[in-house]
Amino acid sequence: MTTTAPAPATTGITNTLTASRLPKWAPWAILAGSWAVAGGVFAIVMLSAGGGYPIVGAVVFGTVLFNIMLFVLSYLVEGGRQARNRLVTSLVVTAFLIALIPLLSLVWTVLGNGIARFDPAFFSQSMRNVVGEGGGALHAITGTLLITGMATLISVPVGLLTAIYLVEYGQGPLARAITFFVDVMTGIPSIVAGLFAFAFFSLITGDPGIRFGFGGAVALSLLMTPVVVRSSEEMLKIVPNELREAAYALGVPKWLTILKVVIPTSIAGITTGVTLAIARVIGETAPLLIVAGFTASMNYDLFNDRMMTLPVFVYTQYSTPGTDVQTYLDRAWAAALTLVLIVMALNLFARLIARFFSPKLGR
Amino acid sequence: MTTAIPRAKVRPADRIFSGSTLFAGVLILVALAAVALFLIVQSIPALVADPAELEGSPTSFWAYVAPLAFGTVWAAALALLFAFPLSIGIALFISHYAPRRIAQGLGYIIDLLAAVPSVVFGLWGIKVLAPFLTPFYDWLVSNFGWFPLFAPPVSGTGRTVLTVAVVLAVMIIPIITALSREIFLQTPRLHEEAALALGATRLEMIQIAVLPFGRAGIISAAMLGLGRALGETMVVAMVLSPAVVISFVLTSSTNPSTIAGNIALKFPDAYGVGVNALVATGLILFIITLVINSIARFIVNRRKAFSGAN
Repeated sequence: MTTTAPAPATTGITNTLTASRLPKWAPWAILAGSWAVAGGVFAIVMLSAGGGYPIVGAVVFGTVLFNIMLFVLSYLVEGGRQARNRLVTSLVVTAFLIALIPLLSLVWTVLGNGIARFDPAFFSQSMRNVVGEGGGALHAITGTLLITGMATLISVPVGLLTAIYLVEYGQGPLARAITFFVDVMTGIPSIVAGLFAFAFFSLITGDPGIRFGFGGAVALSLLMTPVVVRSSEEMLKIVPNELREAAYALGVPKWLTILKVVIPTSIAGITTGVTLAIARVIGETAPLLIVAGFTASMNYDLFNDRMMTLPVFVYTQYSTPGTDVQTYLDRAWAAALTLVLIVMALNLFARLIARFFSPKLGR
Repeated sequence: MTTAIPRAKVRPADRIFSGSTLFAGVLILVALAAVALFLIVQSIPALVADPAELEGSPTSFWAYVAPLAFGTVWAAALALLFAFPLSIGIALFISHYAPRRIAQGLGYIIDLLAAVPSVVFGLWGIKVLAPFLTPFYDWLVSNFGWFPLFAPPVSGTGRTVLTVAVVLAVMIIPIITALSREIFLQTPRLHEEAALALGATRLEMIQIAVLPFGRAGIISAAMLGLGRALGETMVVAMVLSPAVVISFVLTSSTNPSTIAGNIALKFPDAYGVGVNALVATGLILFIITLVINSIARFIVNRRKAFSGAN
């Protein structure tokens, strides 16, 4: 017989929980090593071929090398299962970091390019009779505020009442249909909303080329209402039933219970939802391009004539530059910066409301 | 003798209030029906008109729509191809890999991508991404020109369907991520712990507990992302250099335009039956996205607890 007893003396006592694992620092060391190797290789290539240093290529190449090295080393030391686990872990982290690249690049370029014309003149002048330098976006900012304000005025009552219907009254097929189609409406392409507003108003006014601000507000409220419904519905649902029952027990009618108990309890969440909905539609370009049109002059009247808005201002400054392309681009970037700042401010405001004013439901 | 249960007095104010909430709910359904109705009414002139009056004098209205419909689906499908694996990875990272304490903050950061207006994405795509990708396209076409997708000649400006698809992918990543993150977080805790207790690695736990639980949700998340990519307008209008072709080539300067992008480019100067033709293409886009969204919502609604809007 060739069978022999195991030879414990050569391996010593093995703890199966820690044996054959890579040490904790190993992935970081491999990452640093891979980037160093990739950086070195690219430096040599650059020295021989000339040209700028391709830092993006070096990082990408180094990361790929890191994944391969980690997988191979882990496969040799820890076996296939751990190796696959490590590979997927690093891929998942990489996916997150890849998504950050466009965000950082976007913020960087919008800030860097927008700051050139981010001056008082930009906020105090319109584009009337401006062909070269100077000019501003006052008419566009006014238009954006008017149209978005009007859209908010339309969609908040409709959206909030619908949410109340769904949570407090609605039962049966009608409520289910409304819920389903509200969800479907969140996916309507914005340009279709613009086309609808155009088709609607051009038919009822008989003007085949109609352009006015109120049409833009209608288009935006078509996009905004479903968002308001969904967020308000969520907020009304989390109001505890005990509060409603306490009110009913005191003889308060249902409509007063909703107005005086349910809505005040959830008002912070509803405000957050409405603010986020405003932030979503304030940057919409396509429907306003279709039905509100564009102009270089101030227009305070929602019901007459074309009205400029900030997103459309960005688009027209980019798409129809005059003889001096750079000044038009600078204005486009400055308007883009303004728009991004407005949206970020609205988002921040919404989160702050949610944090500080929501009722403390935990015990 | 039975005692009648005392009924609550019906107050007029109650009637008015519940009636007005019902009115608002029905108004939303009416609005959706009105969208379809008015688009159809405005499209009919284009459908019955002599095709020679349409732009480019196509043989029929459908020959006019075909390249646009192809471009719409092609660009959106490419965007989904890029965005889907990344989004699932990000969602898994936030739900199962990142440290608990910072996971929510990381979620907000991804949501910020969704907050950036599309026109800013368009400006970024044409001024930053397209020049950045141009040398890469040159290399791709000179080395892989034999492959049909990269057939020469290369675009000199980077305004290709591939650039558009990358920007669209960036825009739909937050949508797919948000929904699949919600789904992954709903995996029953006990399933996960049972898998781990049997000695599964984290990857195996995700394979046997998380992914099977969320499969339907992941599919509908991808479809909602696809719906958004189909309807995205400004990026296509600003970045793409369009042509009336049906072509799969990713890196050339003659790209099929999309329905939404074409409307944004042509509508401001359109007149007469041209306006009706553009509205008709919009109607087709509306129907496509409505069908895709309805299927996705139908799948999601079978698990009631989540929706993409929050």
